[in-house]
Amino acid sequence: MKPLVLEKEQAGHWLKGLCNNFDIFAPLPTDKGYSDWQKWDGGDLFDVAKGVPKSSIKTFFFPQPEVLFQFNARASAPDAFRLREPKCQDKPRILFGVRPCDARSVVLNSMPYEEDPYFQKRIQETFIVGFLCREGCSTCFCKWTGGSPTGTEGMDVAAIDLGQVLYVEILSDKGKRLVGNGFFRSPTKDEETEAKDFVEKAKGQALDQDVASILRSKGLMHLYDAPFWNSVSEPCINCGTCTFLCPTCYCFDIQDETLRGKGRRIRYWDSCMFPLFTQHASGHNPRGDKLKRVRNRFMHKLKYFPDRFGPISCVGCGRCVRDCPVNIDIRQVLRSLLEI
Amino acid sequence: MNPYLPYSAVIDDIFVETEDGNLKTFRIVLENEEDRRNWTHRPGQFAMLSIAGKGEIPIGIASSPTEKGHLLFTVNRAGVVTTALHKMNVGDPIGVRGPLGNGFPVDSELKGKNIVIIAGGFAFTTLRATLIYMLEHRGDYENITVIYGARTPGMLLYKDELKQWQERDDLNVYITVDREAPGWDGLVGFVPTIAGQVKPSPENAAALICGPPIMIKFTMPPLEEVGWRNDQVYLSLENRMKCAIGICGHCNVGPVYVCKDGPVFTRAEVQRLPVEF
Repeated sequence: MKPLVLEKEQAGHWLKGLCNNFDIFAPLPTDKGYSDWQKWDGGDLFDVAKGVPKSSIKTFFFPQPEVLFQFNARASAPDAFRLREPKCQDKPRILFGVRPCDARSVVLNSMPYEEDPYFQKRIQETFIVGFLCREGCSTCFCKWTGGSPTGTEGMDVAAIDLGQVLYVEILSDKGKRLVGNGFFRSPTKDEETEAKDFVEKAKGQALDQDVASILRSKGLMHLYDAPFWNSVSEPCINCGTCTFLCPTCYCFDIQDETLRGKGRRIRYWDSCMFPLFTQHASGHNPRGDKLKRVRNRFMHKLKYFPDRFGPISCVGCGRCVRDCPVNIDIRQVLRSLLEI
Repeated sequence: MNPYLPYSAVIDDIFVETEDGNLKTFRIVLENEEDRRNWTHRPGQFAMLSIAGKGEIPIGIASSPTEKGHLLFTVNRAGVVTTALHKMNVGDPIGVRGPLGNGFPVDSELKGKNIVIIAGGFAFTTLRATLIYMLEHRGDYENITVIYGARTPGMLLYKDELKQWQERDDLNVYITVDREAPGWDGLVGFVPTIAGQVKPSPENAAALICGPPIMIKFTMPPLEEVGWRNDQVYLSLENRMKCAIGICGHCNVGPVYVCKDGPVFTRAEVQRLPVEF
């Protein structure tokens, strides 16, 4: 489809028109000094789209918690303890202002979740309006991971901020449903040139090595037995921050809860950085020490996942680098693995 | 189809297997007749037993697919769900999600081979399923040898069946206990020792070994001494599981998932992986 242009002052009107059928979320300023995903309240949208918001968008596909089943927990009831699927009442959602790294994370997570009906349903009902990046943060490294600041993987609509206007490309049938109303016009010649320059500039900085294929070609145990895991893991305090902020950490736990006769089976985010993640009922723990757990998280992202699915399971958003309390840096781990 | 949704089932019968009462076999019947008819599995596969309000646990299927109409699960009381299960009664509702995993290659690689089954303790469950299946298709396999040991006579599983198998002339059965015990006139000694005495031939053969890691470790040298290779030896791994369909990340051993790629691996496959099981 031909690209379109939206005057920024029209953007609010356009989105308000969509509010009847969608819940709209955007990275909005919080009182904690950073921007994070919140439901849009009709306010200004364009000072928000700088940098990467505090949390990733995985919460929209993989909520905390996802109710897998509900059941009646009163033993005397005729339907006692029978699992039934919950009815999802959520409106379809628009995520406005998604960065290329976060949009790409949805594509990567879909690979292991291919047969997961809950995840796939949320993908169908979530519309991603992406914003390409003009400049990165000091912690960004998407180009190392197979992504790009102007990548559009996973987006339904991709927007380039040209100052007064948004230069918009529609990338999917879902995207068509969003821009089907009258706020958009065709771009001028100047706008087209400006958008092209924007993308070309990012291409010029592309990395010339395919990190995923280099890692796939290396021996599993060669990387597993690398000498640096001890020094990488030593400062780790097993807090799990990296896992919870990471857009591509998708492991979960399943637990049953009952309260006043109502029961539910839920799944929620779990982390391979926690000892209980692997502990057997016997007490035996295959990853009982920290080194093994830290190694597992990095090896999963950089070796196990690419061996299974192709790309590395990291989009280079840099959240773990930014917020790790002991400054463990996945970029350094990646370099070490590439060099060994 | 929702892969997280268990079949509704009921506990049809319960047998206490061991003298300490910690191992019980649950006979489970799926409620829906069509599900019951359509159910099929391969020996060595497992299922998630689901107790709403408590959770799910992966348990090897102890019955053979040739035993129609019900499923058997022999369960050790260890954690939250197994403890709850041990308190349940005949007629109680339960969920079954499965069959899951790969199972032993009884219809491919193992066909036409001499089969050696080596088991220790309560790890005999899916090997019982395998043995029953092989006896139902006896012509598909050459000699079948079973070496099975437990700490005491009272800790052996499936005692009635063990007796029947020992009486068969198309089966070599060696049952052993760790030390002498009153009333026990069978073999005495650890499983590795007995395996060393039996010296099964590796010629056109496959070994299926399930037991505590220490038993497997010491069983391998006597087998290797008579020429067994790692790709002839099948093991069944266990790890903590939640989804059991290769997504949740709990059971990975390096790049493989015990739930989806296993639980059965050849020893050669296992040796190419990190020791995280």
